[in-house]
Amino acid sequence: MYFGLSEEQNQFQDYVKKFLSDNVSVDEIRKIANGDDQKLHEDIKSGLMNLGLSSLLIPENYGGLGGDLLSAVSIAQGLGTGVGPISFAGSYVMAPIALSLGGNDDQKDKYLPKIASNEIKFGVGLSEYVAAREDSGIELNKGKASGKALFVIDGDDADFFILSDKGGTMFIVDKNEKGLEIIQLTTVDKTRLYLELNLKNVKAEVLQETENNPFVIQKVIDAGRIILSADSIGASETMIEKAVSYAKERKQFNRVIGSFQAVKHMCAEMAADLEPCYAMLWQAAHSFDHDPDEARLQACQAKSHISEVAKMVSKKATEVHGGMGFTDLLGLHYWFKRIGLNRQILGGPELVREEAAELQGFNQ
Amino acid sequence: MNLEYGPEYEDFRAEVIDFCMEYEGISFENTSSKNISRSEWQKILIEKGFIARAIPKEYGGFGGETDIIKSRIIATELSKAKIPGGMGGQGIDMLVPTLLEWGTEEQKQHYIQPTLHGEMIWCQGYSEPNAGSDLASLQTKGELKDGNWVINGQKIWTSTAQYSQMMFCLVRTEPQAPKHSGISFILIPMDTPGIEIRPLVDMTLNAGFNEVFFTDVTVPEGNIVGKRGDGWSVANSVLGHERGSLADPNATMNRLNTLINMMKEETIDGRRLIDIPSYRDRLMQVQGKVMANQAHSLRLLSSKINPGQNVKLGGMIQKLVGTELRHEMEALAIDVLGEIGTLYEETPRLKENGSFQFHYMYFLGLIIGGGTNQIQKNIISERGLGMPKEPKVQEAS
Ligand SMILES: Cc1cc2nc3c(=O)[nH]c(=O)nc-3n(C[C@H](O)[C@H](O)[C@H](O)COP(=O)(O)OP(=O)(O)OC[C@H]3O[C@@H](n4cnc5c(N)ncnc54)[C@H](O)[C@@H]3O)c2cc1C
Repeated sequence: MYFGLSEEQNQFQDYVKKFLSDNVSVDEIRKIANGDDQKLHEDIKSGLMNLGLSSLLIPENYGGLGGDLLSAVSIAQGLGTGVGPISFAGSYVMAPIALSLGGNDDQKDKYLPKIASNEIKFGVGLSEYVAAREDSGIELNKGKASGKALFVIDGDDADFFILSDKGGTMFIVDKNEKGLEIIQLTTVDKTRLYLELNLKNVKAEVLQETENNPFVIQKVIDAGRIILSADSIGASETMIEKAVSYAKERKQFNRVIGSFQAVKHMCAEMAADLEPCYAMLWQAAHSFDHDPDEARLQACQAKSHISEVAKMVSKKATEVHGGMGFTDLLGLHYWFKRIGLNRQILGGPELVREEAAELQGFNQ
Repeated sequence: MNLEYGPEYEDFRAEVIDFCMEYEGISFENTSSKNISRSEWQKILIEKGFIARAIPKEYGGFGGETDIIKSRIIATELSKAKIPGGMGGQGIDMLVPTLLEWGTEEQKQHYIQPTLHGEMIWCQGYSEPNAGSDLASLQTKGELKDGNWVINGQKIWTSTAQYSQMMFCLVRTEPQAPKHSGISFILIPMDTPGIEIRPLVDMTLNAGFNEVFFTDVTVPEGNIVGKRGDGWSVANSVLGHERGSLADPNATMNRLNTLINMMKEETIDGRRLIDIPSYRDRLMQVQGKVMANQAHSLRLLSSKINPGQNVKLGGMIQKLVGTELRHEMEALAIDVLGEIGTLYEETPRLKENGSFQFHYMYFLGLIIGGGTNQIQKNIISERGLGMPKEPKVQEAS
């Protein structure tokens, strides 16, 4: 029995962490967030992609590494530690899973190898299936899609989008297709881009296995929720590290502030609440890979619980830094905002808890 | 990640499940047809090797190898089948491991077997009125006179002292030595003349703990465990056992199921409590924490059998997180029951025997006892996160 990330997974995660800490300091993050340096952003993206992120979840017979979700989780944790300013959950986790489970043989042949080799990129928009806000929602009619998709994940530079109708039938649209309008949304976290898509009778290529079969979209959402949770855990880990090391340096009243109990206890509370989240996250990913009966409940609960803990960490770690924590200069807010964004995407805590209750037959 | 224990362990699990079926429904209540005494049950469990596994046969144990996976399987299956586990208490959980590590051969022979069999009950005499969190400042005095320890002073918060045959006690025997190195660990029979026990009623209205007064209490020199002045180290070597056991994840899981069932049965205006969204949301939050806690205990188990897997911080948080979680869970049960949730002791309309109120208070006691949760946060921040210690205040002269 071994409960935890494997040596290989830990190593992979360390590569990602190291790449980010060597190449992406707060200054770089700021430039990227402000859109000031396209070239820098491209360099960072390609540096990370060179680690093999795009092929991780693509099956081996389609030119990928055939990794499981736990491996993807180990990477997402790493990305979260440095607010990795690249696509991951949508393009390289949800899209490959959607295509592998939902596509027919032709579709798999056509798309999977090219994702692995990083020739094409997918954005994924399933928010309307989880909970349709405002005027969003898409209808499919004889191979044509109309409506609006909000908060499409990893839509920047995407060549294709995977979307769904209210019934969970998933389909692909090409970014160049007639009738498709792409609108950029700006969230608090400018290190990742989210889109709104406006569709008017756009040609849609239905993923065959998803027709009248919500199983696939559920799996894709579970995976997305788990990966977003991993990202938030990584971000929380860094925030605690920063708070602890700041507290050991900063002096007031002739003492380092880390010797004040109010400060120590905030740090201890953050650590104590975050620590069990690792195990919860890995268990959820493991169930996704090996124990389908448990997987959905665990994905919902991980998303909810980890979002709550991460929110607490993002608040307390900022407080430990005093006024400095509140500044743009320090840049702690990038982690704060990443946590805030992940919390809402694919369902906020209240919504996923309601789903968890439903799964167990608790609300009749 | 590999959650399989392997075929050998699955065979063992099957054996445990068979055992559980054989004893299904056994109870310590006289009224039950499957009545059995606690000490008889204890012996059966030892004979099977389900408890006292690694304790040598000559001391009344099973005489096997430590196997924490088997221990976990046993605990999990007994808990699932609602079969009572072995006895606990400070004798079995703390004194026995202490003696195994520090005791003389004679002490082991004399004390371990009756303790394991539940025939010798122990209490822990550490805290004093002026030595709580700052335990090392304890003042109960022990002087060696004519081959005997003569003890004078007072202990407080001593759980189960009124039912105990024996106390393991921290006593200051070297008044000249620095605070931590002047303490000895001494075993005291509770029927020794000069001991007075005054039960203290706690907020649950049970007399859970006591004051114990010593006036010229005389015990043989050989009742010391370890050397003179070693008491602090002797006591600390097993404190970890106590902290880990204060909020057992299996018990927490069972308790969550009790809460869920209650929320399905009880109603407001004919509507099940679980169908009320705000209550349900709080239930789901607690369930999330319980699940994280369960997974975390697997990670800790894994770190014990896979050398190199470092979960140091993970071990330190258990008492804090586990006791707070139980307290929160019982509080939720009370809130969803509303006015009914305030009922306690003997009264019409009582739910679950009043156990929600009882545990709500009991776990507040555990948040304070066994090293308060504020002290736990000191430990986590100082030893886990490497933050500085409090500056020492000069003693007032
Ligand atoms: C249910 C229960 C059972 C018990 N059973 C036993 C037993 O069998 N045997 C035994 O010997 N003892 C027992 N105790 C005693 C227990 O160990 C002490 O109550 C505990 O260590 C706290 O000591 P105190 O009560 O003197 O509180 P104090 O130490 O006076 O603490 C008061 C408050 O100050 C805080 N505080 C103190 N020092 C610090 C610090 N350095 N940093 C931050 N906060 C601090 C505490 O957290 C607490 O909030 C039991 C207690 C309880 C509640």
